Amino acid sequence: NSMKNKDNQSAQESNPRCPDSSAFKQQKLPAWKPKLTASTVLSSFFVIGLFCLLVGICLILSARSVNEIQIDYSDVCLNCSKLRESSSNWDKECNCFAHFTLQENMPGDIFMYYRLQNFYQNHRRYVLSRSDAQLLGQDVNIQNSYCAPFATYPNGTPMAPCGAIANSMFNDTVQLFYYVNSSTAIQVPLLKNGNSWWSDKNVKFRNPTSYNLSSAFAGTARPPYWQKPAYLLDEKDERNNGYINDDLIVWMRVSAFATFRNLYRRLSRTNQFADGLPAGNYTFHITYNFPVTKFQGKKQLVLSTITWSGGSNLFLGIAYTVSGAVIVLAGFVIAAIHLKRRKKKTYFQRHPK
Amino acid sequence: MTLSVDSALYCCRCLAAKGATWTQLESTPLLSSVRKRLRYNLDKWRIVIPNNKRLQENCEKVSRLYFGNGIQTTKYTFLSFIPKNVFEQFHRFANLYFVAIVALNFVPVVNAFQPAVSVIPVCVIMAITAIKDAWEDFRRYQLDKEINNMVCLIYSRKEQDYVEKCWKDVRVGDFVQLQCNEIIPADILLLFSSDQNGICHLETANLDGETNLKQRQVVKGFSNQNTPFDPEIFQNTIVCEKPNNDLNKFKGYVEQPDQKRIGFGSESLLLRGCTIRNTEIAVGIVIYAGHETKAMLNNNGPRYKRSKMERRMNIHIFFCVGLLFIMCLIGAVGHVIWNGNFSEHPPYEIPEVNGNYLSSALAGFCMFLTMIILLQILIPISLYVSIELVKLAQVFLIHNDIDLYDEDVDLPIQCRALNITEDLGQIQYIFSDKTGTLTENKMVFRRCTVDGNEFSHQENAKRLETYKELDSDEEDWARHQRFALPVIKIEKPDTLKQKTDKPLRRCQSARARFQGHSRKKSLGHCDSLRSQVAFSSTIEKDVTPDKRLLMKVREASLQIESLTSFPSGKDTCCTTSINDFFLALAICNTVVVSTATEPRQRVTAPPLMKPSGISLERIHQLLQRLKLANLGQSFSLTQSSSDLEASFNAKNNKENPTARDSCNKDGDYKDDSTAGAMSWKGSTEIGGASLDEEFGFVSQGHLQPEFCYEAESPDEAALVHAARAYGFTLMSRTPEQVTVRLPQGTLLTFDILCTLGFDSVRKRMSVVVRHPFTKEIIVYTKGADSVIMDLLEDPAKADLNTGKKMRRIHAKTQKHLDGYARYGLRTLCIAKKVLSEDDFRKWASFRHEAEAAIDNRDELLMDTAQHLETRLTLLGATGIEDRLQDGVPDTIAALREAGIQIWVLTGDKQETAVNIAFSCKLLDQKDTVFTINTENKETCESLLDLTLEEVRKNSNAERTKWKIWGISLSSSLAASVAHSTDIGLVVDGKTLNVIFQGDLEDKFLELTKYCRSVLCCRATPLQKSMVVKLVRRKLEVMTLSIGDGANDVSMIQAADVGIGISGQEGMQAVMASDFAVSRFKHLKKLLLVHGHWCYSRLAKMVIYFFYKNVSYVSLLFWYQFFCGFTGTSMIDPWQLIFFNLFFTSIPPILFGILDKDVSAETLLSLPELYKSGQNSETYKLSTFSIAVLDAFYQGLICFFVPYLTYKDSDIDVITFGTPINTISLFIILLHQSLEMNTWTCIHWIAMIGSVLLYFIFSTIYHSVCVVCNHPTNPYWIMEDQLSDPNFYLVCFITPVIALLPRYLILAVRGTFRASQILKAQQLDKLPKEQRDLEIQRWRSIERTTPSTSVASPVSSDEVDQNNSNSPVSQFLGQAAVTPHGNNNAWELSTPEMNHRRDWMLDEEGNSSTSRWTGEETIAANSLARPCPGQDSLESTRITSPGMFISHLTSDNAEELNPGSHRRSVSAVTL
Repeated sequence: NSMKNKDNQSAQESNPRCPDSSAFKQQKLPAWKPKLTASTVLSSFFVIGLFCLLVGICLILSARSVNEIQIDYSDVCLNCSKLRESSSNWDKECNCFAHFTLQENMPGDIFMYYRLQNFYQNHRRYVLSRSDAQLLGQDVNIQNSYCAPFATYPNGTPMAPCGAIANSMFNDTVQLFYYVNSSTAIQVPLLKNGNSWWSDKNVKFRNPTSYNLSSAFAGTARPPYWQKPAYLLDEKDERNNGYINDDLIVWMRVSAFATFRNLYRRLSRTNQFADGLPAGNYTFHITYNFPVTKFQGKKQLVLSTITWSGGSNLFLGIAYTVSGAVIVLAGFVIAAIHLKRRKKKTYFQRHPK
Repeated sequence: MTLSVDSALYCCRCLAAKGATWTQLESTPLLSSVRKRLRYNLDKWRIVIPNNKRLQENCEKVSRLYFGNGIQTTKYTFLSFIPKNVFEQFHRFANLYFVAIVALNFVPVVNAFQPAVSVIPVCVIMAITAIKDAWEDFRRYQLDKEINNMVCLIYSRKEQDYVEKCWKDVRVGDFVQLQCNEIIPADILLLFSSDQNGICHLETANLDGETNLKQRQVVKGFSNQNTPFDPEIFQNTIVCEKPNNDLNKFKGYVEQPDQKRIGFGSESLLLRGCTIRNTEIAVGIVIYAGHETKAMLNNNGPRYKRSKMERRMNIHIFFCVGLLFIMCLIGAVGHVIWNGNFSEHPPYEIPEVNGNYLSSALAGFCMFLTMIILLQILIPISLYVSIELVKLAQVFLIHNDIDLYDEDVDLPIQCRALNITEDLGQIQYIFSDKTGTLTENKMVFRRCTVDGNEFSHQENAKRLETYKELDSDEEDWARHQRFALPVIKIEKPDTLKQKTDKPLRRCQSARARFQGHSRKKSLGHCDSLRSQVAFSSTIEKDVTPDKRLLMKVREASLQIESLTSFPSGKDTCCTTSINDFFLALAICNTVVVSTATEPRQRVTAPPLMKPSGISLERIHQLLQRLKLANLGQSFSLTQSSSDLEASFNAKNNKENPTARDSCNKDGDYKDDSTAGAMSWKGSTEIGGASLDEEFGFVSQGHLQPEFCYEAESPDEAALVHAARAYGFTLMSRTPEQVTVRLPQGTLLTFDILCTLGFDSVRKRMSVVVRHPFTKEIIVYTKGADSVIMDLLEDPAKADLNTGKKMRRIHAKTQKHLDGYARYGLRTLCIAKKVLSEDDFRKWASFRHEAEAAIDNRDELLMDTAQHLETRLTLLGATGIEDRLQDGVPDTIAALREAGIQIWVLTGDKQETAVNIAFSCKLLDQKDTVFTINTENKETCESLLDLTLEEVRKNSNAERTKWKIWGISLSSSLAASVAHSTDIGLVVDGKTLNVIFQGDLEDKFLELTKYCRSVLCCRATPLQKSMVVKLVRRKLEVMTLSIGDGANDVSMIQAADVGIGISGQEGMQAVMASDFAVSRFKHLKKLLLVHGHWCYSRLAKMVIYFFYKNVSYVSLLFWYQFFCGFTGTSMIDPWQLIFFNLFFTSIPPILFGILDKDVSAETLLSLPELYKSGQNSETYKLSTFSIAVLDAFYQGLICFFVPYLTYKDSDIDVITFGTPINTISLFIILLHQSLEMNTWTCIHWIAMIGSVLLYFIFSTIYHSVCVVCNHPTNPYWIMEDQLSDPNFYLVCFITPVIALLPRYLILAVRGTFRASQILKAQQLDKLPKEQRDLEIQRWRSIERTTPSTSVASPVSSDEVDQNNSNSPVSQFLGQAAVTPHGNNNAWELSTPEMNHRRDWMLDEEGNSSTSRWTGEETIAANSLARPCPGQDSLESTRITSPGMFISHLTSDNAEELNPGSHRRSVSAVTL
């Protein structure tokens, strides 16, 4: 063998144009050559199928364990929505109430969402209309940003925050009351904080630096649809005011679909709500500001628990279960084919032509 | 790149404008004339003024107007690269499209992404292309530099001598001194040659590929060559034509100071790139330099071919454009409808800056544009560049295939076209040249027959058989020696250096080989130069003489001596014809002799030899006697032969009984053993002591200088070498004289009176010589047997005995010729004729007249030649083998099995072509061969019709048979068999002409579709290309042409794929080709393996690219339904762009380069697998549509599973896009994994690397970018997703659902082995022995099926033949009544036919009658051609326009006479 190599080498020396015989150049690299046949895929079908079935069942079970209640209040607050149809009534306050009853206790962490229908937050030009730099507290010339036409007022005062997204922020305020008995209602304690991503709250959104918030926003004006400037979004909590207001942050994360829910509040598990919401009668006290009739929209409020796999959406579980079943079925078909082929083969082997 | 042909013109005009200042400077009258010409004639002429001291000023002014000799073939300069390259890239439609889209993206109303982002892909793609272009250009630059810096000797007026200068510094008007073996730096007018006759020899192989030397003549009037040329004396102005690219056209004149003009033509022009040979020193003046040289003007650079797949791909791209249009339209319309839902503007709809909203229609239109931008990647931008990269890599791998490397010539395969690799996998028709392509073009003398005696040269045959082994042994030995002996090692570098002198890849003549370019004649020259002499490899040169014949030759030489004592004898007849035969071999040619010691120095005068034993007078004396004896013999022929024999025996018995035996005319030729047993030594003793004294027998190779014979055709060289083997050595040749050394060592110098060169009409050549001693005028003629046999002296005219004897000789020779032909040898007949002085004088005057004639000179010359070549005496015949190249039959069989139709287009004669076709298994013994030779349109048409009918009948019979036999067989199988019956078709050039001119193409093609192989003989280069074009155009098939010579160039260029064989005939075919191999057999691996791989790889890759883009784009498209058709992308633009450019680009490219669906071994052993590429199974509309549909399905799944999962949740746009993007990546890569057949470590790295790259990029990007990418700013999204179990759940289930159908179908197909490729793949998995076994079984199954079908036509033919009721005979009846029919010819041939049939019956009982009749028709064929020397019929025949002879043949004689013959063309049913 070594002789041969030597020969080869000397041949290459004498023939400079001789291509070398490396495995790559001769296309003889060692290779794994999988071939898809019934016998090779059979096991994969059963393994994957059974795995999917298992996961699917788990998912369905977990999704079913989620307690969720949805209350549509666009119909309940019909008069309010009528009022809001005319933009001239922007400064008139309108409140309405939505009652509901929990048949059972809702244990665990309770999340309160507002749900909007037919609100195309994912409209291309709407998505564009923001200035992340401004929300980061940077001093930017928002006239050059994508915020137009919600960048500045005609007199040149910049809007803070600018852009259509911020301008159209969901501004209904909702309070939840629990009827301990038929007459006394107590307000359910809800957390305003921690509803947004940590990264948003701490990195993406910053207030402009100044000795206090109102001075930081000096020289700017609120967006036209807003009733109060940004630095008054949450007067009670310094860490939830201005650009780092959770409601603003949540809203600014534009939703992927026209129907979406945004996290509004979380249940503060204190006192009688330590284990979640007890069964009973509840009332949403809504300050109705956000008009939806313009786009045939609907507004709902959702109370929901969550599990490890997310919310109450059963789809994933079903998808897993169904596809698992299909795969197992296909596995059986393949197994049948395989057995038939093998039988035929042995027949041939026994009776060679 | 376009170079202005003559920029000097422009310069000149500029100068003319400045004429005023210029004229003042003029002082000499010569200059004024220059000026005048400049003013008046510059458009027509070029003026060259020599660059010497006297004319220095003028010269400088003029030569400034012309190009220098430096060449620049680069496209770009350092500065111009970027703008020029960008500009050029915009010529590509795809690039323009993408740039337009990018531009569109800058319009705010419609932009879908940030403008900056969308610029990236175009920039990346164009940058990659630019890098590739720059690299190529740099290589060109380096080559240019190398050429420009080569040195040559230029006359310097300062030093009054020649000094070394670079090529680039050569100017028009410079004097250049060239030495032997030097390459000519520019187009030079020859003014001086060291040759006495003012001749300079030139090798133009670099230019036109012809290796034979060309002569160039010094300009007349400068041929006073006694004194060396002094440039200072030269005071003439040269006026010649403007630069043009016609290599053979050049004219001009030299104007002397006294206004005398001397004309010159192309015979005085030395062209750039040629090599000076055989001339010590040549001096000339540069006429054209640099880009204006003819060689450069002929260099058109590489051609751009578009492959079939690319053409199809472009259609599919338009399909994608259509799809894109539809998608965008849906988007636009959807947007309008969606907008219409709102009675007033919702808060999320943003007004323009001025507060207004766009009207609905306008919004729709803008949305359309936005959608185009958004969905642009549906048109795979990276596809073009990926394909280019893949093809480059494929070419690299093909180039590096060690199996396609030829050790003998140290050449790997050369891929000259970079963009048609996949066409190799789709070839349906191969058009092959014969000589040099199928055969070696090495003519080897195999056998000869003299005077009716056959000499089989078995030793020679043995030598040829063992040749290959010997060859390799020698090499081994040489190698060992090199290591062992340091002495040789020292010498080696010199030769090595020459050998390894890098071939310039492209220069004036594209691929000049600068071998042997060195100033000094080095020791190594001999070695390297010998290989340059055409047709002179050892295999051709060494002929082992047949012992029996050698003995006879020796005896003949003795005979001369013995004549002194025995003045008469029957033997003389035998011996003189042997002598004559070999003399004819040595003389009757145009071979030029050169010696190896003086490399390619032509021997024009006989070398001074030591006077051999006998004085010239003695020889003279002897020959006189010999002549007498000869005459005496012819007189004494009245005696009966037995008497003669007896007397001969009596005389010679004492001396050598064996010799006598073998000289016996009727001797048993099978008795080789006795003759063979005689050793060389023994035979030298034959002569006895007394004779040895006078005739020192010169043994082969002993004391002889090494001669190199430069022949026009290899046959000639072979014959001269053969003659040499028997001691008849051609020593020198001048136009007037030819010198031959006889076996005895005597030198005979013949005066050449006339040479009648070979032409294809006469098919023969002759020399008229005067014998130095007898002073006889002898005509030696050498030519095709079919011609010569008819020109022989009619035996009937001689007296009875002579006639009888002649007839017998003719018959025997004919028989032998037949045998030769059967073995595929090229046959030549040698004949002679003795002319009387008067006759010759008469003829000579005719000839002279003809030469002087102005009108129809050629015809007259032909006429005179034909007058001379009549009534010849047959001397003998030779059989020369044009050896088939290694592995040709094997390759042809494999290619045919692969479903490729092979046509042979050759300029050779029909017989040879058919023989070769049989020997290379192109035609099979069992084949039915139809031959169509006609010059008449009607005949041709009816012939075609009849044949077609016949063939159809056969195939119909077959089809019915199929229905009976193969009930279970698929229809496709039956269809493929339908036209693969064994039918061969032979047509000749004339018939082709008729077919082309008479609109019979369709019928012809229809017929050829039924034929397994088609042979076109006697085809001109133009016809070759026309045939290729015809097939290509009408049948719309993929064609491949392969050839080696200049005559194949047009055919090579006409085909889809042109393959050149870098063989003996120079580089022209190679230069015109797309791929150049050195052997025909390489075609097998090139097509079956590389072709298949390249095709399937690229096809799969292209399909995959389409799939990838469609599936990815459909994600964006589906999203439009959920965002009000506003053109939002849920995927971050960067990720979107990078997805195609980086994350999913490497694996498909690797896939396109390295995937192997079936291993090379299996592909080679199962050529049927090639059919998948032929039928474009991998890439056709159906596979494309399936891929697109699958892409849509997968896109659907990939979008809607996440959609349904995240529906009604708080997910934001980009967060929703992230899992989709990830899933899409998984699906796309897994899809490829399913398609991929080979997983090497590179694949693994690429696959895993792509996924890792995606995740690493995403996480980094998502953790760094806070505000950098408006509006998405996907900060922390990936990280968030990675911590969400839902993400993993979705990422798992979606690919599973998306790929399940494909996985399932692939598995089921694999189980059922739905295609042959799949079957072969599973064979690949078996261990080696088992695989071989399986392959054999497979092949046997494949074989048995067609063979049953073959049986039917054969039997039906037999019936036809036996009944003699076939359409063929009907046709012949028709032929007789056609108005132009030359019944004469038929009638004329009949008596002779009968004669020959008689002979045949006499001599060879086992031969088939039908075959003989076939030979007759060939003879008749030749009779039908105009040939003077026949009787009065001839004139009518010449005038009759529709000359035809046709023999339509349906031969199955093989069945009747097993093993009897190969020439099944011949049988004719009369």
